[in-house]
Amino acid sequence: MSTLEIKDLHVSVDTEDGAKEILKGVTLTIKDGETHAIMGPNGSGKSTLAYSVAGHPKYTVTSGSVTLDGEDVLAMTVDERARAGLFLAMQYPVEVPGVSVSNFLRTAKTAIDGEAPKLRTWVKDVNGTLERLNLDPTFAQRSVNEGFSGGEKKRHEIAQLELLDPKVAILDETDSGLDIDALKIVAEGVNRFTEDADKGVLLITHYTRILRYIKPDFVHVFVDGKVAEEGGPELADQLEAEGYDKYIQAAKSAAV
Amino acid sequence: MTVVDTPAVAGAVETTKISSHLHPEGSFDVADHPVPTGREEIWRFTPLKRLRGLHQEVPLDGGSFKVDVQPAAGVTAESVAADHELRGASGLVPHDRISARAWAASDAVFLVDVPAELATDEVTTIALSGTGNEVASAGHLVIRAGNFSRSTVVVRFEGTATFAENVEILVGDSADLTVVYLQDWADDAVHHSTQHAKVGRDATLKHVAISFGGDVVRNDTTAEYAGPGGSVEMLGLYFADEGQHIEHRLFVDHTAPNTKSHVTYKGALQGEGAHTVWIGNVLIRKVAEGIETYEENRNLVLTDGCQADSVPNLEIETGEIEGAGHASATGRFDDEQLFYLRSRGIEEDEARRLVVHGFFNDLIRKIGVPELEDKLTSTVETELAKNVLKGLPA
Repeated sequence: MSTLEIKDLHVSVDTEDGAKEILKGVTLTIKDGETHAIMGPNGSGKSTLAYSVAGHPKYTVTSGSVTLDGEDVLAMTVDERARAGLFLAMQYPVEVPGVSVSNFLRTAKTAIDGEAPKLRTWVKDVNGTLERLNLDPTFAQRSVNEGFSGGEKKRHEIAQLELLDPKVAILDETDSGLDIDALKIVAEGVNRFTEDADKGVLLITHYTRILRYIKPDFVHVFVDGKVAEEGGPELADQLEAEGYDKYIQAAKSAAV
Repeated sequence: MTVVDTPAVAGAVETTKISSHLHPEGSFDVADHPVPTGREEIWRFTPLKRLRGLHQEVPLDGGSFKVDVQPAAGVTAESVAADHELRGASGLVPHDRISARAWAASDAVFLVDVPAELATDEVTTIALSGTGNEVASAGHLVIRAGNFSRSTVVVRFEGTATFAENVEILVGDSADLTVVYLQDWADDAVHHSTQHAKVGRDATLKHVAISFGGDVVRNDTTAEYAGPGGSVEMLGLYFADEGQHIEHRLFVDHTAPNTKSHVTYKGALQGEGAHTVWIGNVLIRKVAEGIETYEENRNLVLTDGCQADSVPNLEIETGEIEGAGHASATGRFDDEQLFYLRSRGIEEDEARRLVVHGFFNDLIRKIGVPELEDKLTSTVETELAKNVLKGLPA
C-alpha cells in the first residue's frame, strides 16, 4: 500500500527579480495501482512539480505538504526521499563522467535496499533489464549519460526505474524527443513496472502520444501552476482534439 | 649574454633557431640566473619564501635519501660519474636558477638505461625516501630508452626532503617509454624538478606526473623532438590539501614535422590555502608541419579557500598542421550531478566520492600501469577522507 499525497503545494524559485511563484496550490493524490497523467502547456509548472517532490534545491516550497504513506516527504533530504520509495525519471538526465552505469546502478541499488544486491542475480537483472530496453550489454561500461543519445538517456532512466523498483514513479516528459520505436520500448518498461499492483505513476507529458501506450486512470490538466481540470482518460482524447487554448484563455481571464 | 649582429630582415626568413616567446634561452652558468624576486613571469605563482633557499644560495650538498632500486630484467639502473657522456644529451639547458644550481651541484648521475630492442612489461622502480629537509640536496637522473625498446620507469618519492633535481629523458627512435613521477611526499617536503625529454623519430613517450604530498612541489617539464613522427602524452594528477603549493609547468616544443603531443592534467583542491598552478605551453615551429597537439587542464575545487591557476599557451609559427587546441576548466562540485545521484538514494558523501573518483578515473586508466591503478585509486580515497566526506556544507 502506498499513497503519495500532495496538498495545496506552493513552490517558488529565486529569480533576478526576487522569488517567483510557479506552483500556486497543487493538490493531487496518487494511490497505489493508479497512473496519473499531468498534461499542460510549456511553462505551466509540470516539471517544477516533479523536481519539488524530488527535492531539487532550486525550488522552495513556501506552503503545502507532500506525504508518502503519511511520512512528511518535504522534511526528507533528496536521498531520503528516494530511499522512502520515490523515483524521478528526469527530462534531462545529468552526465557523471568516469562513473560507469554498472557502478552507478549497483551503488544506487545498495543505497535503496540498505544492502548490496546478490551478485549473481543482480548481474542477470541488470543485463535482462538493459536487453528489454534494447540497450547493448556494453552500455553498462559507459559513463553515466555521457555521450548517450536522447533515446539512450530516457531508456537508461527507465532501466533505473525497473531495477530500483520504487513505490511511486514520477516520469518527467520521458516521452519527449523519442521516436515511435523508442517510445514503445519506454512505455513497455513503464507498463512492466506497473504490473505490480501497488505501484503509483505520475506521468508528466506535453503530448498525448504516450497515452496510447500507457493508459492513465486519471488525467489532470495543468495551467499556470494549478490543476485546471481533472477527469478520466477521455480528457486526454479531448485535449488531443482541442489543445490547451481553452484553458490558457480561461487562466488569462481569471488573472485579469 | 651575447650580442649578435642580425640583419633587419632576419625575422622574415625561415631560420633554424627561433626563440620562443614562451621560453627564453637557458644557461648552465648560475650567474646568468639572478636570484628571482617573484615578479618574473616564471616565478610569479611560486611562494619563494617557502623554497628553503633553493632559489638563493643555500648549499645543495645534502644526501639524506634512502634509495631502493628495482630494475626490470635487462635494464640497468645505477649511479655513474657526473661527467658521463649522456649527461646533457637530452638538450636540457637550465632556464631557471634552481635548475642551474642543481646542475652545478650534482656530483653524480643516476642512469636508468634500457637497452635497444628490449621490450618488457616489467616495471623499473626507483623509490627515494627522504630522511630530512634541513639540508638541501641536488640530483641528476638520466633515463635512456634505446631504439625500438619498450619499457616503464616509475620514480617514487616519499618522506621529506629539500630537493632540486634535473631529469633527462632520452627516447630512442621508435622506442616506447612510460615514465611515472609519483610524489607522495610528507607535508613538509620541498621539491623542484626540471625535466627535459628528447623524443626520437617515431618514438612514443608517456610522461605521468602524480603529485599528492609536499609543501611546495614545482615540476617543470619540457619536451622536444629529435625527428619526425614522435608522440608525447603528458598526464598529470594532483591533489592539493590545506596550505600546499603544487605547480606544474609544461612546455612541448614541436621541433619536427608530424609529431604529436597530448597533455591532460587533472587536479583537485581542498582546504584553506591549497594552491595549484598549471602552465601548459606549446610551441609549433615553422618546421613542424603536420603536427597535432591538444592540451587540457581540469581542476575540481572541493572547498572554499583554494586557488587554482591554469594558463594554457599556444604559439604557432606554421598553419600547416593537423590540429592544435587547448582547454582549461576549473569548477566546484556540480550541484546537478549531486542531485542526480542523490535522487537515486545515494547519500551525499557517497555521491561526492563518486563524482571525484569519476573525475580522476579516466586519467588513472590512461596511465596504463596496472600496478599503480589500485594504489592511485586508494590514495585518492585517502585524500577524500580528509575533507570532502565530512563537515562540508550541503
